[in-house]
Amino acid sequence: MLVGHQPKDFLLAVSGLTVSFDGFKAVNDLSFYVEENEIRVIIGPNGAGKTTVLDLICGKTKATSGSIQFRGKELTKMKENEIVQTGVGRKFQTPSVFEDLTVFENLEISFPRGRTVFGSLTFQRDQLVKDRVEEVAEMIFLKDRLNTYADELSHGQKQWLEIGMLLIQDPDLLMLDEPVAGMSVSERAKTAELLNRIIKNRSVLVIEHDMKFVEDIAHKVTVLHQGQILSEGTMEKVKNDPKVVEVYLGH
Amino acid sequence: MIINSRFFNRSELMGFIALAVVLFVILPLTLDVFRLNLVAKYLTYAFVAIGLVLCWGYGGILSLGQGVFFGLGGYCMAMFLKLEASSVENTKIQSTPGIPDFMDWNQITALPFFWQPFHSLTFTILAIILVPGLFALIIGTAMFKRRVGGTYFAIITQAVAAILTILIVGQQGYTGGINGMTDLRTLKGWDIRPDHAKIILYFVEVVLLFACIGIAQFIRLTKLGRILVAMREQEDRVRFSGYSVANFKIFAFCMAAVFAAIGGAMFALNVGFMSPSFVGIVPSIEMVIYTAVGGRMSIFGAIWGAILVNFAKTSLSESFPQLWLFGLGALFIAVVLAFPNGLSGLWADYVQPRIDRLFASRKAKAGWNGNSVADSAPAE
Repeated sequence: MLVGHQPKDFLLAVSGLTVSFDGFKAVNDLSFYVEENEIRVIIGPNGAGKTTVLDLICGKTKATSGSIQFRGKELTKMKENEIVQTGVGRKFQTPSVFEDLTVFENLEISFPRGRTVFGSLTFQRDQLVKDRVEEVAEMIFLKDRLNTYADELSHGQKQWLEIGMLLIQDPDLLMLDEPVAGMSVSERAKTAELLNRIIKNRSVLVIEHDMKFVEDIAHKVTVLHQGQILSEGTMEKVKNDPKVVEVYLGH
Repeated sequence: MIINSRFFNRSELMGFIALAVVLFVILPLTLDVFRLNLVAKYLTYAFVAIGLVLCWGYGGILSLGQGVFFGLGGYCMAMFLKLEASSVENTKIQSTPGIPDFMDWNQITALPFFWQPFHSLTFTILAIILVPGLFALIIGTAMFKRRVGGTYFAIITQAVAAILTILIVGQQGYTGGINGMTDLRTLKGWDIRPDHAKIILYFVEVVLLFACIGIAQFIRLTKLGRILVAMREQEDRVRFSGYSVANFKIFAFCMAAVFAAIGGAMFALNVGFMSPSFVGIVPSIEMVIYTAVGGRMSIFGAIWGAILVNFAKTSLSESFPQLWLFGLGALFIAVVLAFPNGLSGLWADYVQPRIDRLFASRKAKAGWNGNSVADSAPAE
């Protein structure tokens, strides 16, 4: 397809990506491109392969074929922690925070320093770390809960904490899997505000079902269906695409 | 009251002081040498327990093969002691004098090459740390890099324990076989068998134990300690925070192996022999049980677990040898079902709050008397 002439300014270039699980192609010859500072939302019915696409990019699942280029680097051949270190952050669908650690410690672990065994043995909690943790904690509305153990947080707060853990990594590409799922109305509004603030100066790839939320934030929408792209473009264009209405938005 | 409050919090400090007083003062003053030597034997398992707290309690890596590393450490020490006990003079009735007696019985006529370096005490001490450490590194790398974990890892370590036992028993001429290495006498010419030597060895062991407590506590307090906890709960989140989970698991497993090996070496010195019965499946599982009973999240708890369970084992197996294994099994089930954090968990839930209340009420009284020194203690 477009493999021949990949323009340099794409942050993420996914081309011909296929993964098959025992013959079932969860993602089938998928190609899409994300630009710098672009907010891309992936929508689609259940089982369309949305989460699998994120898994493939962050290295959780290995691709059967195809390529994922991030700033010219091939991600399909890298280990998960190396992918993180090149600047790709991933938030999972269910909040995955360290419940036996405090909010501060959760954020501190995500601070991008001392990531080797020796580095973590000699890691010092200096002023830079403290300031950065406090700064992020304020953004995610948890400033006064720094010493709270994460298992005492509400579902929404855990989601925020995980977003904060990504923020402190300062990734160039932020991938969020249903960031507002299971949140109350007020939490949802706060999360939208939070996301609008953190998506500045970076590219974001979001999976979301909440159409109002998608309209609020998306620059461009990709609709997946059965592992393939059904439609792609602005929300306005996608909404009026008869194929999309039929398989996804119609019901 | 606040000494080094960053390294130990108050209850840990109390645990530290309590253990130090019991091991350095109370036991040596109250027990006869025979009983004190038994405590020294129990304490060799406390080293293993400290390692398991880091590896299993914190890192969530259950190893059912710690006997392997205990045994490797013990055998390294025993090989040195055995060589010293097998001087030409001591073994002149053998057909080949100067080699260990069991080699002579097995028609071996020259000291095997891998025994040669154990003439040196320096080499032996390095080997006690490095042999088990490297073996753990190999197993850990092979397993954790391939993402083998949980039950599968536990079963594989169990298999390694079984294999090593079979190897030791089978290679009788090189290892002393099922009898192990017995009749260990001197360390650099210093007789390890008389009472005064046993007392000195006991104190050496306790000092080493506290050194290991210090190392484990240091690791626990670094970011690495928190990463171990994080890894136990959300391995993927740690991975996607940019850490190589495998490397951290390998580190924890190697540390546990080295601690176990130090325990094994002290066992050979204190008990005066080493045999495959401390290597295999049953002792390895027992080591996990000591840790579980004491509390796998608490260094001090696990040490008490090792001491108390072994004390119970000695007392009960003297009177009811058949019942002991059932008792141990029942104890393990009770721990898992009723108090998963072991004795230290019970302590933290029931005893500690009372002590805290006692302190609090004293403080309140002092404040009421117009003496607020207690409250103005520096917070940092």
